[in-house]
Amino acid sequence: MRTVKKVMQYAILVLLALVFMMPFLWMISTSLKGGADDLFTYPPQIIPKSFHWENYRKVLSMYPWGVFLKNTSLITFISMFATLLSSAMVAFSFARLRFPGRDKIFFLVLSTMMVPYYTTLIPQYILFSKLGWVNTLKPLIVPNFFGAAFYIFLLRQHFMGIPPELDDSAKIDGASTMRIFGSIYLPLAKPALITIGILQFMSAWSDFIGPLIYLHSEKNYTLTLALNTFRGIHYTDWHYLMAGTMMVALPSLIFFFVGQNYIIGGITVSGIK
Amino acid sequence: MSRLTPRKREALEGYLFISPWIIGFLVFTAGPILATLFISFTKWQVFGPPEWIGLANYARMIHDPLFYQSLKVTGFFTLLSLPLGLAMGLALALLLFQDVKGLSIFRTVFYTPSVVPEVATATLWIWIYNPEFGIFNYVLSKFGISGPEWLYSTEWILPALAIMGIWGAGSTMVIYLAGLQNIPRVYWEAATVDGASGWQKFWSITMPLLSPTTFFLFVTGLIGSLQTFTAGYIMGGGGGPLNASLFYTLYMYQQGWKWFNMGYASALSWTLSLIIFALTMLVIRASRARVNYDLI
Repeated sequence: MRTVKKVMQYAILVLLALVFMMPFLWMISTSLKGGADDLFTYPPQIIPKSFHWENYRKVLSMYPWGVFLKNTSLITFISMFATLLSSAMVAFSFARLRFPGRDKIFFLVLSTMMVPYYTTLIPQYILFSKLGWVNTLKPLIVPNFFGAAFYIFLLRQHFMGIPPELDDSAKIDGASTMRIFGSIYLPLAKPALITIGILQFMSAWSDFIGPLIYLHSEKNYTLTLALNTFRGIHYTDWHYLMAGTMMVALPSLIFFFVGQNYIIGGITVSGIK
Repeated sequence: MSRLTPRKREALEGYLFISPWIIGFLVFTAGPILATLFISFTKWQVFGPPEWIGLANYARMIHDPLFYQSLKVTGFFTLLSLPLGLAMGLALALLLFQDVKGLSIFRTVFYTPSVVPEVATATLWIWIYNPEFGIFNYVLSKFGISGPEWLYSTEWILPALAIMGIWGAGSTMVIYLAGLQNIPRVYWEAATVDGASGWQKFWSITMPLLSPTTFFLFVTGLIGSLQTFTAGYIMGGGGGPLNASLFYTLYMYQQGWKWFNMGYASALSWTLSLIIFALTMLVIRASRARVNYDLI
């Protein structure tokens, strides 16, 4: 009875795993197909008649993907660095420094997590357009220098777990607050910082609505925005489209496989107190 | 600085360290929230000054069939996708929770779709849903089902988007898995000794003790789902056949960035925020009696 149950369980899991992998297989297979004769067949062929690896080279030459990669990387890495530093500073202050109104302000930080993204979108757009920043990468980068509520919350939790005796002895040795933050707290919070860095990478790399609203000329496009335009141009060339989709998805996939434990850890802490 | 007492000095440094957030809050959150409200009472095409028109934008909403259409689309999609995603995430987590060999491999497989940028996912699924040559209808045909036109059908486009959402159930699964790991095993063991069936254990132990997790996922899922944009934008084009996938945020985007009616778009956005806020409060209230916090 127990064995039967176990076998059933694995059968279901393997079946589900196949279902979850299917779209990826279909994407890879389509990206290697020859053209209309190969694409529009019934029944659909999972294994292509012949493997057209040159599709990827062709797609790369059709559109300046290198520029899009550069823009996306620029936004992603600067925003990662900026949000890590600013969120950590703010979190450190909430965790360790004493000042009037601290807990009330922290409550305000938490409540901003409830504000829907679309509530602030229009005035922000108008603000950036008055500054002449529309169609530049700045609107997607600059707001990250001011800390993000969720990351502040996570880092504060982490900093509060660090024994305060550590900074007392540093203080006696004459270390400044900045120094204590930089050489005690930041190094000790490394796992939390890596988790947050990865979460920020994923969200900045995948962002679509931000680039859609702010970036108008092709030279400023990010990968996600470029993929959308590319689809508009080659809407029936599914082999090229899937090769392009693959290229946009691949960096996230690689990043995920490398930092898997941190990512799953990060998702977990975000869900559990 | 040196003349300050240590206490005052610490307070000063405290404010200095949080100043980035304070500035950001004023410029990017508090200011914009008030500005949205103000702009919603104006007619504003971005170029040129705003013109005060009082409640006209809100009056227009009441008579705007597309406003109701977008509410209907968003509401129906949420009713469909939210339970589906939660159920799938829970099912996967329960399957993996029972001492499975190769747990990390399965977990990776189920979670991988969640890391793909939504634009890429949406593009891929347009091809999967191709009524003639896509893999989805082919698989259905193997079970003797003749699949619908999916994204080209007014009836099936939203279910299609909800089904695609199941593919992203991995993040829900991970959170449920963590929730399950927080439940002490003795509860199930004691129930087993008392002769409870698997089904009884699920309903009387697992579900009640998982309720804080479910509640968290439900609230965040609800807020996220009411703001669905990318999938609708990519897969439905301008709102799908006969606006069958005109999501609320998509309509707001069209008003604001296609037709530059910033005033009307602001009225739409302010209304959405109120709806989200009211629903969240309602859920929190309704759940008070049903969520079990004993383990926290």
